[in-house]
Amino acid sequence: MKTVTLTLTNPSELYIEGQNVTPDNFAGKKAAEIAALDVWEGKQKGPLGKYFTVEGDGGATAEETKIVLRGDCTRVKRIGQQMTAGEIVIEGNADMYIGGWMKGGKVHVKGNVDSFCGIGMEGGELIVDGNAGHHLGSSPRGEWRGMQGGVIRVAGNAGNDTATFINGGTIVIGGDADIHISTHGEGGTVIVKGNARGRVGGQMVKGDIYVYGTIENPLPGFSMVDEVEQEVDGETARFVHYIGDLGERHPVSRGKTVYANLYTRL
Amino acid sequence: MSELLIKNGFVFDPLQGIKGDRMDIGVKDGKIVEPGALSSPKTIDAAGMTVMAGGVDIHSHVVGPKVNVGRLFRPEDKLFKSPHKSPTCSRMEMGCSVPSTFKTGYDYARMGYVFVNEAAMPPLHSPHVHEEIRDTPIIDIAAMPVFGNNWFTLEYLKNNEIENNAAYTAWLLRATRGFGIKVVNPGGSEAWGWGLNCEHIHDPVPYFDIAPAEIVKGLIETNEFLGLPHSVHLHCNNLGNPGNYVDTIESLKLAEGYAPKNDFGREQVLHITHLQFHAYGGDSWGNFESRAKDVMDYVNAHDNITVDIGQVTLDETTTMTADGPFEHHLRGLNNLKWANVDVELETAAGVVPYIYSPKVKVCTIQWAVGLEIALLSRDLMRTFVTTDHPNAGPFTRYPQVIAWLMSRAARDETMKTFKWLERTIDATSIDGIDRELGLYEIAQMTRAGPAKALGVGNTYGGLTPGMDADIAVYALNPEDMPSDPAMIEKAFSRCAWLVKDGIVTVRDGEVVAEPAKRTVWVDVKVPENAQVQRDIYEHFLRHYSVKLDNYSLFEEHLHNPRVIEVDTTQ
Repeated sequence: MKTVTLTLTNPSELYIEGQNVTPDNFAGKKAAEIAALDVWEGKQKGPLGKYFTVEGDGGATAEETKIVLRGDCTRVKRIGQQMTAGEIVIEGNADMYIGGWMKGGKVHVKGNVDSFCGIGMEGGELIVDGNAGHHLGSSPRGEWRGMQGGVIRVAGNAGNDTATFINGGTIVIGGDADIHISTHGEGGTVIVKGNARGRVGGQMVKGDIYVYGTIENPLPGFSMVDEVEQEVDGETARFVHYIGDLGERHPVSRGKTVYANLYTRL
Repeated sequence: MSELLIKNGFVFDPLQGIKGDRMDIGVKDGKIVEPGALSSPKTIDAAGMTVMAGGVDIHSHVVGPKVNVGRLFRPEDKLFKSPHKSPTCSRMEMGCSVPSTFKTGYDYARMGYVFVNEAAMPPLHSPHVHEEIRDTPIIDIAAMPVFGNNWFTLEYLKNNEIENNAAYTAWLLRATRGFGIKVVNPGGSEAWGWGLNCEHIHDPVPYFDIAPAEIVKGLIETNEFLGLPHSVHLHCNNLGNPGNYVDTIESLKLAEGYAPKNDFGREQVLHITHLQFHAYGGDSWGNFESRAKDVMDYVNAHDNITVDIGQVTLDETTTMTADGPFEHHLRGLNNLKWANVDVELETAAGVVPYIYSPKVKVCTIQWAVGLEIALLSRDLMRTFVTTDHPNAGPFTRYPQVIAWLMSRAARDETMKTFKWLERTIDATSIDGIDRELGLYEIAQMTRAGPAKALGVGNTYGGLTPGMDADIAVYALNPEDMPSDPAMIEKAFSRCAWLVKDGIVTVRDGEVVAEPAKRTVWVDVKVPENAQVQRDIYEHFLRHYSVKLDNYSLFEEHLHNPRVIEVDTTQ
């Protein structure tokens, strides 16, 4: 695997749209060609090299390409958007839409990210060591086909509207989550290891949510059915099991109605 | 002014009966002229290419409030589907199934179209319709106000007051700068106000106690009483349901005994739109089947009816119609987001996204039904290409529809992708149809026929000297047609040249100029009618949320009008 290192040496005044920073776009390109790729700053288009110094060449394919971003990328959006393979490591913070519409590969952010990260994700892995903003692993605005697959791990807290319209895949939040988790969900799993504020699983049809801490304002559409012991994210624990959202339509499979499951840890 | 000579093309003009003759077409001051009348024209070399009049779309939802609801509530329809600004266009383009106004104008022009008839204008919202007409570049647009659920219309027709209904119709056409009489699910959209529907043409409308059949017959009588350019334009009851072909044929029979009366060359009294949605057999989705043959047997035998196909293109799209109850029904089938609105005394509307998938049996049968309608037609001057944009598919797929009509191989290629191919073949006759249409027939279905049926065949849809110089040149050689149907689709997607009003508008598929576009409307002069004026005054006083003085379109909303005048007082 070949490594391309981008160091932010000339920070932008506005936010940068960095959707070209993916292993797919860097593959097969020399450092100079990578530096010539377009990025947008506001309404102006400029070469990547205007902001970053580029060291190293891309690998032959996306799979063989690793990108390391150094410097304060708080003003860089859309890194790893629509990537299908390879690896990206962001040494510090990054802005919105990191790993959006990812199909494969891995993105590791060592700092915090802003909103809309991992939205419309179909596969791959997004790891955030700090906190994430709103709409983590959510569906794009208006879209009813949300996260299809892949894994998102956030060590810290997440904002609101996590996993809206989730269809598949897993989201693990190490800290707390704000309101609205898995709204309209039709599959997938969300694990919140801290507390959740409320509106957990609103209009959810199918899928699972685990909350280890407390839910400040639980929804009335969920009904307790039993207590279960389950293995979650590598550890076994006892949970109270609720089904819901009882106000929503639910499919019938083999004569049994399928509900969304909400588990809170005992 | 400017002169233009389009030389040596193979000309297809059904209005003059020209079938691919190698001819020159002259253009002077925005009109078609005899080539000999030109002194020093610029020349377009069309050798080895097909020359037709600019395209005319008889039924498409491109402007107005429900289209805009579609744009607003489907941001995902724009995501990754909006190209950056074309270097040759003045405005940015957005969207796919519900494109922005600018993209709508540009894409129609790229396909060689110059006239589009907006299929449903809620009268109360006509200012919005006209503002969007202004913002849609290049193409001339007419808009039909909806009458089939209008309280005035229902009351007059219940009492069989055709003359009063005609006076009201003339007033409303002027108030909205409308083009003709559109009828959507007659009675059913009004019944939707009670949470009901009129699925059959003899179901009574609640409160008004009139049946859809009486509404349609009354409106045909009104239309012919006034002598409007276009006929009644009907979206039948019971759209989209298994077994609805029975209701459709009953609706078609309502036109029996009526003859056209107009000065515009129109020969039909009833246009049935998106017939594909109305030609289904079976009594459930399980035994859903095509009844295109039954419906087309009737259409073929009756000259006073025209139809458009409403071809399903197997895309993800956005359905939108003034048929409010149908959209609610559809939402129940696919569980996607739904918008619904009631327009006071006039109409209703709904919007729901829909995916026509080649993996779903009902969708692939629908696809076959549309093509059967076209291919079983014996008179293509009465059968027109539409996708009921965006209901059965976006208008940008017309080139694909043309390729399916012109090539059995193109149909076979698409059918290979069907999950339920055997069942689709069993439920339809598509596999037994080898007919392949030619360029002359395509010209009938996409320009000459629609223009004649709309009553604008003296201006649009043909290449007779004196008509508007709207000319599309396609890179297709009729003497050496490509064996690959994809090439046909490509040629019709991006015309080699489009001349609109004598101005070169598209060149090699790119928009190079944006000539002034027009709003086409029909101004009908009727004798003063004190009773109707009093009724209008009363209804606005008691029932409307706006005042009468604020209702009619203000002149500043009307963009570059082309008025078609009808005088019934003579």
